[in-house]
Amino acid sequence: FSLLLPQTLPYLVDHGESGPIRCNRCKAYMCPFMQFIEGGRRFQCCFCSCVTEVPPHYFQHLDHTGKRVDFYDRPELSLGSYEFLATVDYCKNNKFPSPPAFIFMIDVSYNAVKSGLVRLICEELKSLLDYLPREGNMEESAIRVGFVTYNKVLHFYNVKSSLAQPQMMVVSDVADMFVPLLDGFLVNVNESRTVIVSLLDQIPEMFADTRETETVFAPVIQAGLEALKAAECAGKLFIFHTSLPIAEAPGKLKNRDDKKLINTDKEKTLFQPQTSFYNNLAKDCVAQGCCVDLYLFPNQYLDVATLGVVTYQTGGSIYKYAYFQLETDQDRFLNDLRRDVQKEVGFDAVMRVRTSTGIRATDFFGAFYMSNTTDVEMAGLDCDKTITVEFKHDDKLSEDSGALLQCALLYTSCAGQRRLRIHNLSLNCCTQLADLYRNCETDTLINYLAKYAYRGVLSSPVKTVRDALINQCAQILACYRKNCASPSSAGQLILPECMKLLPVYLNCVLKSDVLQPGLEVTTDDRAYIRQLVTSMDVAETNVFFYPRLLPLTKADVDSDSLPAAIRNSEERLSKGDIYLLENGLNIFIWVGVNVQQGLIQNLFGVSSFGIGYLAFQSTLPVLENSFSKKVRSIIDMLQAQRSRYMKLIIVKQEDKLEMLFKHFLVEDKSLSGGASYVDFLCHMHKEIRQLLS
Amino acid sequence: MATYLEFIQQNEERDGVRFSWNVWPSSRLEATRMVVPLACLLTPLKERLDLPPVQYEPVLCSRPTCKAVLNPLCQVDYRAKLWACNFCFQRNQFPPAYAGISEVNQPAELMPQFSTIEYIVQRGQQTPLIFLYVVDTCLEEEDLQALKESLQMSLSLLPADALVGLITFGRMVQVHELSCEGISKSYVFRGTKDLTAKQIQDMLGLSRPAVPIQQGRPLQTPEQPVISSRFLQPVHKIDMNLTDLLGELQRDPWPVTQGKPLRSTGVALSIAVGLLEGTFPNTGARIMLFTGGPPTQGPGMVVGDELKTPIRSWHDIEKDNARFMKKATKHYEALANRTTANGHCIDIYACALDQTGLLEMKCCANLTGGHMVMGDSFNTSLFKQTFQRVFNKGFNGEFRMAFGASLDVKTSRELKIAGAIGPCISLNAKGPCVSENELGIGGTSQWKICSLDPSTTLAVYFEVVNQHNAPIPQGGRGAVQFVTQYQHSSTQKRIRVTTIARNWADAQSQLQHIEAAFDQEAAAVLMARLGVYRAESEEGPDVLRWLDRQLIRL
Repeated sequence: FSLLLPQTLPYLVDHGESGPIRCNRCKAYMCPFMQFIEGGRRFQCCFCSCVTEVPPHYFQHLDHTGKRVDFYDRPELSLGSYEFLATVDYCKNNKFPSPPAFIFMIDVSYNAVKSGLVRLICEELKSLLDYLPREGNMEESAIRVGFVTYNKVLHFYNVKSSLAQPQMMVVSDVADMFVPLLDGFLVNVNESRTVIVSLLDQIPEMFADTRETETVFAPVIQAGLEALKAAECAGKLFIFHTSLPIAEAPGKLKNRDDKKLINTDKEKTLFQPQTSFYNNLAKDCVAQGCCVDLYLFPNQYLDVATLGVVTYQTGGSIYKYAYFQLETDQDRFLNDLRRDVQKEVGFDAVMRVRTSTGIRATDFFGAFYMSNTTDVEMAGLDCDKTITVEFKHDDKLSEDSGALLQCALLYTSCAGQRRLRIHNLSLNCCTQLADLYRNCETDTLINYLAKYAYRGVLSSPVKTVRDALINQCAQILACYRKNCASPSSAGQLILPECMKLLPVYLNCVLKSDVLQPGLEVTTDDRAYIRQLVTSMDVAETNVFFYPRLLPLTKADVDSDSLPAAIRNSEERLSKGDIYLLENGLNIFIWVGVNVQQGLIQNLFGVSSFGIGYLAFQSTLPVLENSFSKKVRSIIDMLQAQRSRYMKLIIVKQEDKLEMLFKHFLVEDKSLSGGASYVDFLCHMHKEIRQLLS
Repeated sequence: MATYLEFIQQNEERDGVRFSWNVWPSSRLEATRMVVPLACLLTPLKERLDLPPVQYEPVLCSRPTCKAVLNPLCQVDYRAKLWACNFCFQRNQFPPAYAGISEVNQPAELMPQFSTIEYIVQRGQQTPLIFLYVVDTCLEEEDLQALKESLQMSLSLLPADALVGLITFGRMVQVHELSCEGISKSYVFRGTKDLTAKQIQDMLGLSRPAVPIQQGRPLQTPEQPVISSRFLQPVHKIDMNLTDLLGELQRDPWPVTQGKPLRSTGVALSIAVGLLEGTFPNTGARIMLFTGGPPTQGPGMVVGDELKTPIRSWHDIEKDNARFMKKATKHYEALANRTTANGHCIDIYACALDQTGLLEMKCCANLTGGHMVMGDSFNTSLFKQTFQRVFNKGFNGEFRMAFGASLDVKTSRELKIAGAIGPCISLNAKGPCVSENELGIGGTSQWKICSLDPSTTLAVYFEVVNQHNAPIPQGGRGAVQFVTQYQHSSTQKRIRVTTIARNWADAQSQLQHIEAAFDQEAAAVLMARLGVYRAESEEGPDVLRWLDRQLIRL
């Protein structure tokens, strides 16, 4: 399995007008594993063994070991990851792309206005627009911005710099969406600053007295798509949406939430989109390079499974803030939005994985769209998107040559430059199964299994998926037992060293909300998590399934290090301590009943928790004592590690909220019927023994 | 007795009526022998300096099929307080208000010099005049600038309480909301999609809970408040706003990919009509279309947007080679019919060097009594001054325009009405005085004229039905009454009644009288109108031949 993190900062290589040097046959890009022969006049492809002429301008002599003399000067010959500057041949319609655009599309229906959301977004955008991503040394961002608000109809804004005041254009023909203006819709922030600021000032005022509760959704995306089409560029839509789109329009949805479907054959329909309309829309978006980021603020069911389709297939992100309240959720939302707007992005991307003979990339998991079996297409991508690739043997691999992988990603940078990012990986091959088991990585395996299972729920009943997972792991472990382990009594459970955590992690996957929902988990939450996990990387899935539990009271206040994490079980919690638990989405602070008054005073600034105090606390007070500082620094550190700003929940032992917290103590038996670690281990053992006998 | 020339002139001065024959041949046979039909040119709103309107309702004949208005030709029995209708000879009681009349104390309508009289009646709600500008933005910079200035100037000419609206179009159609502060707001429509009136009103947010409309006439709800529409606002309120808005109007920003700019005139007009239909039906409103070229997309498109396809020429039309013509004409005809149903009118100001598709759009102005102005550029004095003249004021400081008029013609029994030619549509009012033979728009005794000004003139054609063997007694007179109800520019509802009478003469014995009373100018105009009317429906050469023949026969 190979995991690709597209956005680090690799070297940029320019091979001139003829474009990057590639193998004639398999079109693999120049990489360190290419063999130069005949004194450097030709090279043999490491993937398909085809021999290709070296173009004259790229010719270099070889030294006595057969390496090129300029080996260390050229990143593509010495590094695993690097970028090529693409030529016009690599561009859509053989035309260099124009700089991408960001379009902010704000729901201004009654709910959004009343909760203060519209005002909040408009205020934030004013400052946020200064932080649009830009290419390394550029003065200002090349990205242009546009604004749309909507409820049952759409409002476009003309914010052309020459205008004294912004112009609003209402399009009520939602059945047949079009963009009413071209010039002045997408603008450079600095040029049109005064008009934009005046617009953002006025939007909350204009809709302050709105009575409109219905919204549309698909036409909003269509509008963004049409705008990008008209401007002939790629781009990203930031949609801030509050409710199920029930207004009369294409893509209108109905409330189909039905908890009774859980644990039936029809459960899978909850994860599937209601109509295929959104799939087609997604296809169009990908073709244009229109990435959709969705911010949801639901007060009830709004069908994430359907709304998220476009986001998911275009490589966008969904952020969901259920029961959004200004006081508690403001920080989280604004931090997410800031990070999302500022992060480095690429657009209109196509990824292809090439392999040496013997293995083959067979399956891909992540947020993208595929029109054929080899090319992964993404309208947009960023550093928080991970694609998991499954490889299969299709021939013998030899121990000498190993296996080579090359992943090439063609994309448009945020300045509108067309680039190719190449990642190369060379893997050793072994003939002994024992070696294989010694070199495996459980975290990656879990990442793959989880994504595999989460995709499975779309097509088969959850029970089938769960059984398949258990069966697969039992096979893996039984195979080890049969072929590698030293003989021992049948009653003994033997696990390979690298996989000793497989059962506990697997149990966590099985107990997760998607595969085994508790009563309090909404259908939207499940759909949301399903899509979220699909684009997670290994570190994220690891902590998501097995949350990190840190005893705060044991932390060394003088050092920077985190306290040693402990196992997620209630037995491990002591009544006199304070613990922190994080899973990438939430941070819990658990306070035992017997915690000293002083500690509480130090951390929360109150001597004891009054009723209702905890529920409304989303941040820790800034207090001048070493314990408070330490805890806050730990939280800040954790927040910085994660791609999303985590929600802080303070839980007191024996409090009502503790139920929520206990849900994350994954080694214990869960209320929704998930097995405890010990029970599951026994079950696993039984399965393995069955397989062996 | 003065000459006939003076008589004719005097009559025209007083009543705005000119007959082809001022002494009428007394039988059908003789009348047909005269070749030129008995007809008149009627200028319903002839400007009369000396005609003070009276402030009461006209007195009507009580016979339901007649309803003629009391006039100087009626016989009055002052003692019995009775009057006899001179058209149907019904004897009518005077209403109580006339109790004090006598030979010396006559109401105005009985005095011979008031053969034309105007009543102001307090009926229905008064709505201010409405002006809806429909502006093409696919113009050259210079033209657009000139047009913008003209429009801005026009605001100052409008009465302060008149409602104005603005629709601009190019590739898209924008309906501007005029009452917003800080941000200018407009509703945008795609220029290629034909929308029904209902859809347009829904999309503009104008739909109100449906009021059941009874067949025929709309419900009269006098206390219904004036629907304040966001798109139509009183001039005095949004004068500044609109001036700025016009000032900021840009040329259509859509790139012209191939050839001609995309101009959605058809949809723009359709939206304008729909907007007024939904907000102010049956009240005076003017849609003023300013266009600088042919419609190139959507319904009502006259020519494709590719440069290589030139606009249809006369030759194409004759050969039935004008691809879009039929469809476009149909679209505009449908629009014109809707407009007339609502009593609104459409003006077309087309300024371009090439053709602008007026042929297809002509019915909009024709049927609704709108102006049609054709020029080379908006930046010419031709356009500027013509446009200014539209807002000219009459001698008493009132606009020289009126709306939603209906013309009712009554005749004495020897005459029947054959039809009318002018900017009017039939109201399909059948009656005993309607002839079976049609000349022009016939088959009715009532017409609707959506917009008219003091010079609007209709030709009304009559037929003498008196049989040869039933001679009219010597000195008998035939009478015609024209009743024009209209909305005056001061928003008052007025009724103008013109009653005229002419002598009958036996063509055999008194031919010289009839001859002498022939008005050749009027006859020429009347014949010309007939000729043009025929030309619309018949082949050109046929009409020419017909005209020739008529002339020779005469």
